[in-house]
Amino acid sequence: MMERARTVLDSRKAPDARTAAREFVAQAGRDAAFQLEACVNCGQCADACHFHRVTGNPRHAPIYKLRPMLKAYQREAAPFSSLRKALGLAPPEVTAAELREWSELLYDSCNLCGRCTLVCPMGIDIAGLVRLAREGMAAGGFAPADLYKAAEKALDTGSPIGVRWPALKRQIELQEQETGLHVPVDAEGAEYLVVLTSIEIMGFPECIGALARIFRQAGASWTIPSAGFEATNVGVQMGSREVAAALLSRIVDAAERLKVKTVISPECGHAYSALRWEGPNLLGRCYGFEVVQITELLDRFVREGRLRLRGKDARRLTFHDPCQLVRRGGLTEAPRRLMDGVSANPVEMPGSGAASFCCGGGGGVSAIHRAEGLRFAAFECKKQQIEATGAEALVTACSNCRNVLEEAIEHYGMSLPVLGLTELVAQYLEPEARAG
Amino acid sequence: MELLAVARGPALWASLAVLVAGSLWRVAGILQLGAKTDLSEPRSTRLLAGAMRGIFARMIPRREFRHRGQLGVWNGYVYHLGLAVIVFGYLPHIHFVERLTELAWSPLPDAVVYLSVGLTFVSLFIALMERLTDPVRRLLSGFDDYFSWFVVVLPLATGMIAIHQAYAPGAAPAPPLDPLPLAMHLLSVELLFLWLPFGKLAHAFLVFASRGVTGAALARKGAIL
Repeated sequence: MMERARTVLDSRKAPDARTAAREFVAQAGRDAAFQLEACVNCGQCADACHFHRVTGNPRHAPIYKLRPMLKAYQREAAPFSSLRKALGLAPPEVTAAELREWSELLYDSCNLCGRCTLVCPMGIDIAGLVRLAREGMAAGGFAPADLYKAAEKALDTGSPIGVRWPALKRQIELQEQETGLHVPVDAEGAEYLVVLTSIEIMGFPECIGALARIFRQAGASWTIPSAGFEATNVGVQMGSREVAAALLSRIVDAAERLKVKTVISPECGHAYSALRWEGPNLLGRCYGFEVVQITELLDRFVREGRLRLRGKDARRLTFHDPCQLVRRGGLTEAPRRLMDGVSANPVEMPGSGAASFCCGGGGGVSAIHRAEGLRFAAFECKKQQIEATGAEALVTACSNCRNVLEEAIEHYGMSLPVLGLTELVAQYLEPEARAG
Repeated sequence: MELLAVARGPALWASLAVLVAGSLWRVAGILQLGAKTDLSEPRSTRLLAGAMRGIFARMIPRREFRHRGQLGVWNGYVYHLGLAVIVFGYLPHIHFVERLTELAWSPLPDAVVYLSVGLTFVSLFIALMERLTDPVRRLLSGFDDYFSWFVVVLPLATGMIAIHQAYAPGAAPAPPLDPLPLAMHLLSVELLFLWLPFGKLAHAFLVFASRGVTGAALARKGAIL
């Protein structure tokens, strides 16, 4: 598995348009083909896309980003493709120059947020198709260099930014000192296995202490694995199922080694998508454990009475919907019920849920250095939704969103704290439970 | 053989054969690409309900995405509904279908149909103008889009030319119209039949599959439809 993943990474050394085209065609199965064929070029998806809205560039129309994949499919696999070829009416082969140009469109200017999917009158899951098109780009060597580097680092060290076990161990120790609670590591037979993102470990380590308080009050056994703790999956972001499977298998190995019943997907949208929805398909087998997103678990604990909340944050709080959890992941209600439990004054952004704008950093965009300017520009749409609420603090359930939002808020000179929902819940647990 | 006889006979049957065979070929060609079984644990197993919801829900834009200034969205309703009124509500068309299938239904008043013709004609030209002037639609559009527009407008135009006198309700299905314009109208419809399976007009049936698979996939995750 690792060797196959490394082979994909080697493709960047000699980009090949034909390999990319073959992969585009391979990805165009029945469902994708129905969608590619149904487009009437109405352009409504452009109005939904924050990148198009802020730049006005027609090339940022989401469906346009699929042109190379569409061309390859129409040339090689679509009905009547042989007839079209015979008549000289087939689209030309995709070229390396074209794919280099489309790298910006398929990566820098797409968060896979799925807003376009909801607006398409033909019901085309454009975001899903972009995810498939990225498989071709990555296989052909046309994904952004930053994502190849992150993938290489993730394969080498376990983390896209090189966070290894000693770093996590140190953060765990600090959180144990902070909370006075024990954080179980590699505890075989625990009910819950918690995996984390590098951003959480290095940027928001207090989430570990928050989890310790939460699991203690809930009376649930849990553990963090010393190997396979990284939830981030750059393979899914860049569009390499080989890389994605190799990274994912570490978590699955840990879960099976420790014989846990449930793996908790942390506050990270795409990690949830990778682990919950793509994982079994990447590995070609069903899991022997359940995957639950942390907000889902917290909501379950609260509703079962296993977590008891006391007091509420008096500030005007608004919740930013992580796209892969809410719009694409089906977790609309759980974070809202939690918000109601910890906030005295929750306020929804206009278009929250279905029409919420992405933070601008999803789908791997936050890892692409060259896309930074575009990402900040795209944040303008989110900024308007936030400002319409008059919120005094922003809450979210994705560490990548949180990081990106903080950067963008600083970029725009706004003053708005960004909070993690898990930490907020832990903060309002009944105090005796917190004291342990 | 007179042109009208050709249009009513071999040309009609040939175009219908291409319409049916081409459409089936296109759908079969897509189906044979196959689909992998999704191994992830579904949040909902009501996939058929999701597919149906996907099909019907997309007929109207979501509330969150409705806003002013979307002429293209609302104009789309005008020409789709207008075409439906003309095709299924006009008595000669019902007679035409009756001759082929023995199915018939009550027509709409001529005035309603003529009003629809006018609105649809204007609406289709607005659609073309939008496609030519809007930077996104212009970038996306190609021969298929423009030719598809042409083969829809052509029967409308030839139909308007063919109607030089009122078609008496209840009259025998003998042609009260001049043979040449009527033949041109029939041939233009047959051109539409010939093109439909191969180009963008195939969205007439592909839309259900596209909306259905997306609806089912999103329902499976419990995601927003």
